[in-house]
Amino acid sequence: MTRFGQSLIQGLGNGSIYALLALGFVIIYKSTLVISFAQPALMVAGATMVVFLTGSFGLPFFAAVPVAMLLTALLGLIVERSALRPMVGKPVFVVAIITIGVDITIRVVVNRFLGNTIRNFTSPWGLDTLRVGDVFVQQRFLAMMLTTAVVVAALFAFFKYSRTGLAMRATAFDQETALAQGISVGMVFALSWAIAGALAALAGTFVGTGGSIDQQTWIIALKALPAIIIGGLDSVGGAVIGGLVVGVIEALVGTYQPTAAPWLGNNFAVVSPYVVLLIVLLLRPYGLFGTPEVERV
Amino acid sequence: MTALLTDRGGRGSRPRGRPELYTSYSSDIALLNTPAKRAGVLAIVAAAFALPFAVSDQVLVLLGTGLAMSVGAIGLNIVTGYAGQVSLGHAFFVGLGAYTAAVLSGDPDGRLVGFGLPMVVWLPAAGLVAGAAGLLVAPLATRLRGLYLAIVTLGLVFLGEHVFREWDSVTGGPGVGRDAVQATLFGNSLTAGGAVLSGAQKVYLFALVVLIAAAVPARNLARSGVGRAFAAVRDRDIAAEVIGVSLTKAKLLAFTISSFYAGICGALLYTITRTVEPNSFNLLLSVRFIAMVLIGGAATISGSIMGAMFVTLLPRFTQQVPRFVPFIGQGVTGGGLLTNVELEAMLYGLLIIAFLIFEPRGLFGVWLRVRNYWKGWPFSY
Repeated sequence: MTRFGQSLIQGLGNGSIYALLALGFVIIYKSTLVISFAQPALMVAGATMVVFLTGSFGLPFFAAVPVAMLLTALLGLIVERSALRPMVGKPVFVVAIITIGVDITIRVVVNRFLGNTIRNFTSPWGLDTLRVGDVFVQQRFLAMMLTTAVVVAALFAFFKYSRTGLAMRATAFDQETALAQGISVGMVFALSWAIAGALAALAGTFVGTGGSIDQQTWIIALKALPAIIIGGLDSVGGAVIGGLVVGVIEALVGTYQPTAAPWLGNNFAVVSPYVVLLIVLLLRPYGLFGTPEVERV
Repeated sequence: MTALLTDRGGRGSRPRGRPELYTSYSSDIALLNTPAKRAGVLAIVAAAFALPFAVSDQVLVLLGTGLAMSVGAIGLNIVTGYAGQVSLGHAFFVGLGAYTAAVLSGDPDGRLVGFGLPMVVWLPAAGLVAGAAGLLVAPLATRLRGLYLAIVTLGLVFLGEHVFREWDSVTGGPGVGRDAVQATLFGNSLTAGGAVLSGAQKVYLFALVVLIAAAVPARNLARSGVGRAFAAVRDRDIAAEVIGVSLTKAKLLAFTISSFYAGICGALLYTITRTVEPNSFNLLLSVRFIAMVLIGGAATISGSIMGAMFVTLLPRFTQQVPRFVPFIGQGVTGGGLLTNVELEAMLYGLLIIAFLIFEPRGLFGVWLRVRNYWKGWPFSY
């Protein structure tokens, strides 16, 4: 039971990282109908900024994170403006592949800053634990869950109650109609990328807390892809649930698979989200909460 | 006049001096439908066969790798360029082909599983195993569309990498790897140096022959009914179904053929580079194939070859850059603003973006522009 509780908490903690990333993917997808493969690069860019802001510039952690989020949002804006705006109206595959190009390019620059070393991350939590009954809970996982809950609540409120949020929802619903109502669709595109960038930076920070980041960290961000597919590409709530599901499955498999099914090999947990992805897609091609695409002939 | 129109369009029936007047559909879609194309292709093939005797072995190995990659790029172009199904899983099929070939040709008494079979067995087998895997994956493609498919195939790469890493008895495990394909043809080694030809020359010629044997059927497929069905599925799948193209069949076929080519590419590639390492069949390899297809030109066979050559030869050029540009460093640990390795990675990214924005038809489109300019010269059109 202790093992179960511990891996559940770990799963929910890591799951909230995936949820943040998945939210970024879904927000970009909803407004521009493009899956941005540049999210991993934005994530490591954000994490790297935190490393340098707390290290070289000596900012405290809680000041460095918002600054890194702002800077990554700015990076998202630049990417949208320079690489994606010229492609408006082109097939979505082409734009998705452009984001792969963007991802490679940004990561080269980030890796140049990171170098070949492992960068230790200073965070207020480190690996400190909190004892609840028999279960030792790492404080960082609690911080991740709490922050994600706050961020998700804020985003939902933003989409529901603010004029800009309404404009974004209108654009997601129908771009031309939104344009006819006086909404600047370009602004919505830019804003989606900025939000996704900020969320990615936050996720990157959480990936680093209690550990370190290096040139391979970006792979973690790709696990948000199973999350968005499980949740459904165009469902904001689905992204959060999908992220948590992926995190919990990964943690549980990591805890029990080595003894229960050793024939699956070492580190099977790392690829287990992709197995879930395949199964979910075979059963429900549009994810658990996605809208089925209906085509008129 | 009617005689001219009903003529089946043999080569001799075309009036002199009218190279683009076709008197039948079959002569319009013929493989080499203009005299210039006929002469050009002949010259390129002749030059390719003469090349091993003109350049150093080191360059030949690189060119041979490019030829092997071309086979894979043609495969990806069939499924992504012609049939419009974006696949990020190409590396997985390449890996399957490489391991099938390595196992079948491997030393039977060695450390790892091996059967010591000759080339005539393992080369087709590599394609068939990968093709069969493609056939198994294809049902996903028939259920999913667009970006959902891209993500599923991405998952496939990660799962494949896991299997390759963990299946030690076949792959040797990460960091160790296994000896690659042992190529013998009628008792002669295709990789060791002989009395007449050096190892690199043999490997290059082997890759060239396989590429030609792969490219011609691919081109034929593209201009046949199957190829037109693929294009219909790509351009508007619902309309394609309405006019009688079976979506399921077209997608199954595209995936299977594409994976077959990927398998051949894997077998060939690791005949040239002498070891197979399980970590090499990763997402990066898939992205490199995507880059080849997009830089070369989607839905063109010659473009695939151009793209594969370009991407394979790119490191060779970026190696030279540090000599001429002061702020580019050499090697992984080199100083300067960027090292040549990083420059190369960045160029992939930037070239993909630049080609998609400025020349979506890729290198093939560049060639078309050049050709059309000189065709109309001195007039602009």
